Amino acid sequence: MVTITSVAPRRFFGMEGFKLDRQMFEVMTKETLNSMTKRMQVYAPHIANKARPGQFIIFRVNEKGERIPLTVADTDKDTGAVTIIFQEVGKSTKELGELEIGETVLDFVGPLGKPSELDRIGRAAVVGGGLGCAIAFPQAKYLFNSGTQVDIIAGFRTKDLVILEDDMKAVSQNFYMCTDDGTYGTKGLVTDVLRGLIESGEKYDKVLVVGPLPMMKFVSLLTKEFGISTIVSMNTIMIDGTGMCGGCRLTVGGETKFACVDGPEFDGHLVDFDEAIRRSGMYKDIEGEKNAQHVCRLEKM
Amino acid sequence: MPNMSKTKVPMPVQEPDVRNRNFSEVALGYTEDMAVEEAERCINCKHKPCVAGCPVNVAIPEFIALVHERKFEEAYYKILETNALPAVCGRVCPQESQCEQVCVRGKLGEPVGIGHLERFVADWYMKNVHKLIKPAAPNGHKAAVVGSGPAGLICAADLAKLGYDVTVFEAFHATGGVLVYGIPEFRLPKNIVNHEIDNLRELGVKLKTNMIIGRAFTIDELFEQGYEAVFIGTGAGLPSFMNIPGENFNAVYSANEYLTRVNLMRSYDETYDTPIMKSRAVAVIGGGNVAMDAARCAKRLGAETVYIVYRRSEVEMPARIEEVHHAKEEGIIFKTLTNPVRITGNERGYVNGMECVEMELGEPDASGRRRPVEKKGSEFMMDVDTVIVAIGTSPNPLIRTTTPGLETNKYGGLVVEDTTNMTSRKGVFAGGDAVTGAATVILAMGAGKKAAKAMDEYIRGVIPADS
Ligand SMILES: Cc1cc2nc3c(=O)[nH]c(=O)nc-3n(C[C@H](O)[C@H](O)[C@H](O)COP(=O)(O)OP(=O)(O)OC[C@H]3O[C@@H](n4cnc5c(N)ncnc54)[C@H](O)[C@@H]3O)c2cc1C
Ligand SMILES: Cc1cc2nc3c(=O)[nH]c(=O)nc-3n(C[C@H](O)[C@H](O)[C@H](O)COP(=O)(O)OP(=O)(O)OC[C@H]3O[C@@H](n4cnc5c(N)ncnc54)[C@H](O)[C@@H]3O)c2cc1C
Ligand code: SF4
Ligand code: SF4
Ligand code: FES
Repeated sequence: MVTITSVAPRRFFGMEGFKLDRQMFEVMTKETLNSMTKRMQVYAPHIANKARPGQFIIFRVNEKGERIPLTVADTDKDTGAVTIIFQEVGKSTKELGELEIGETVLDFVGPLGKPSELDRIGRAAVVGGGLGCAIAFPQAKYLFNSGTQVDIIAGFRTKDLVILEDDMKAVSQNFYMCTDDGTYGTKGLVTDVLRGLIESGEKYDKVLVVGPLPMMKFVSLLTKEFGISTIVSMNTIMIDGTGMCGGCRLTVGGETKFACVDGPEFDGHLVDFDEAIRRSGMYKDIEGEKNAQHVCRLEKM
Repeated sequence: MPNMSKTKVPMPVQEPDVRNRNFSEVALGYTEDMAVEEAERCINCKHKPCVAGCPVNVAIPEFIALVHERKFEEAYYKILETNALPAVCGRVCPQESQCEQVCVRGKLGEPVGIGHLERFVADWYMKNVHKLIKPAAPNGHKAAVVGSGPAGLICAADLAKLGYDVTVFEAFHATGGVLVYGIPEFRLPKNIVNHEIDNLRELGVKLKTNMIIGRAFTIDELFEQGYEAVFIGTGAGLPSFMNIPGENFNAVYSANEYLTRVNLMRSYDETYDTPIMKSRAVAVIGGGNVAMDAARCAKRLGAETVYIVYRRSEVEMPARIEEVHHAKEEGIIFKTLTNPVRITGNERGYVNGMECVEMELGEPDASGRRRPVEKKGSEFMMDVDTVIVAIGTSPNPLIRTTTPGLETNKYGGLVVEDTTNMTSRKGVFAGGDAVTGAATVILAMGAGKKAAKAMDEYIRGVIPADS
């Protein structure tokens, strides 16, 4: 369970300040959330101290691994823990999932990206699609704790894949669950639920949506219709995460932006989703060869 | 009697059509006898123009004389007096525009192969001498270095030699900067860079990878942690794009991304997980070392056709002559006086061509080079499936946006004081590409060295803190 702690900020004296007998990047806890999603706490006190909602880390499991971005789902400044929640979609996330408590991740760098701008929002709808619920959760929690009225709409393919339900309930005034196949909550897509709420007169100052690219695209189209300002979190392919390669670039309002340093959050009404969808599939064939049985789960979600 | 041959003792190299299919080093290095023979070409000029041509003033005739006497170990120490990375510089310095450009022997034939000799001496030492490096006695002071490229490495080494407790913070998972993520293995083997970095460890320098300064810690927090002076050697890593239509199609790369995937992430090695496009025909845009490296990597990854597309003529190309020459030998096709106007893609979003326009040279511009202007109506299509953009980089804004009071110029370079390399912030020094924009290894090293000296003076109070 994620504990919602509010620790008074204290000054930080570098890694030497932590006298715990832990190595950097040690796996502290590990839980299975559903058949393909795990939650881990990794020891990285300098990141735990700094990370804000919306930021991410990049990890590399071993010497030959890829650099893979994951959102910081939570932090604990007291224990130096950074929580990550990840879906085992490919080789790297699978290898991460195989690490046991006490083992270490080779590289773990962050916090990266711009923190979300979440202040002075009266009422917000947070929309999460599948694993996107994990990425949106820190924002929802921050909003809720800073006095915003939060409605959460969580969508999953099917009941077995539901994650973080209690956590999300704990940080929202209203919580709406839906599944594609109707095995849990209402049957339908998050866009259906959101449209229903808006049409029945619910007023939102901001909609925050995280999930697969097509879902973010359709939620953005919907909110544009109603003129509701919308933030999306763009999970592009990345390498360095520091603005050095441009591999994460996307078009926002006609301009080229780097998701890792200008984002990952952008105005959903300005993002060129079709281009982003094409770019995210760039290595599909190659990754597919490498890991045939694990491809495409994310898409099916 | 000196060796009066008009040409350098030729450098043994891998055959072009063998090497363009592997990533091993192209130039194989001199044997002892070749080195001695080449050393005999130096006439030990009294006024030593070559020394002034070297940005760090390597004692060239002196070390060459030692090579001549087969005192290779002594020759190494002689170079080391002013250049801490001879194995790197001997390989990648643009000698033709530095030390060798002004060599007296160059007036009648080829200059002395100073770079080849420097490389030989460093390689000989690495192979034959194994001395333990003793860390200096600690002086009780702490200094921080941000970035582990050549500027940062030299700065750290010099401070450590003076007894400082030095920590290097590097954003990437590997140390070495452009030397490891940019310059390919076939031009600068990574074990050479790693050897230099091991030396640094023996000197007692602490290397912390995965640490992005500006994010994990700000510069101000480094001071709070007790570092008394900070050196910023963060390079010029931000890639420029051309802003032409089609640049976001799949398989359009910045050279940084392409080279990082290939060099640092070893996508050419099956056992690594890094994916990279399997290309048939590649256009690399640009005419510098970066463009040559990207083109030669693309060839080695199996592309049938690789073009260099450059808007000026070959004379204006900023790349090292040796690399242009090697690239041509390897079958890279040069399309000079050519400028891309548009990249086209298929329905799945992958590149399937590039439209270019021919150029001609007009009046000289601010850089003194003749400005290329478009030839009206000369548009044509190139059949390519991958485009690599290598038109330059600029300093990353991360540090300057998270450090109040750091002055920068209009290109984003940090402004430093000439003699000390101190920035507009007290105790914060900078050097290398982060100051100058993309330049050279030797200039970055020179700056790191100068800053180390000034940091030492600053911490000891020789430079008053309130100057
Ligand atoms: C800022 C950011 C934050 C992220 N946060 C999280 C998180 O908290 N939890 C989590 O599980 N994932 C997150 N992701 C996505 C995660 O980084 C990718 O799924 C990653 O590629 C998985 O690596 P892999 O080697 O396991 O799979 P791969 O072998 O790289 O890929 C497997 C499949 O996923 C596709 N794919 C690759 N990259 C992406 C991507 N970025 N988005 C969608 N599909 C992709 C591939 O084409 C392939 O079909 C985030 C991405 C970004 C950019
Ligand atoms: C492909 C290529 C080929 C080249 N070929 C040649 C050649 O043949 N000859 C030659 O002389 N020069 C060449 N150059 C240029 C030369 O490599 C650079 O001028 C030199 O490396 C600059 O050194 P530097 O120390 O200033 O920066 P860099 O080598 O760029 O190192 C900067 C380091 O700082 C790190 N960093 C950045 N931001 C942060 C941060 N916020 N926190 C922590 N760390 C950070 C980076 O990850 C990097 O490791 C080439 C460059 C490239 C890209
Ligand atoms: S450091 Fe570079 S410029 Fe100086 S002598 Fe050596 S090769 Fe020549
Ligand atoms: S200029 Fe050339 S010949 Fe003269 S000392 Fe230097 S290297 Fe030797
Ligand atoms: S990941 Fe390289 S620039 Fe964003």
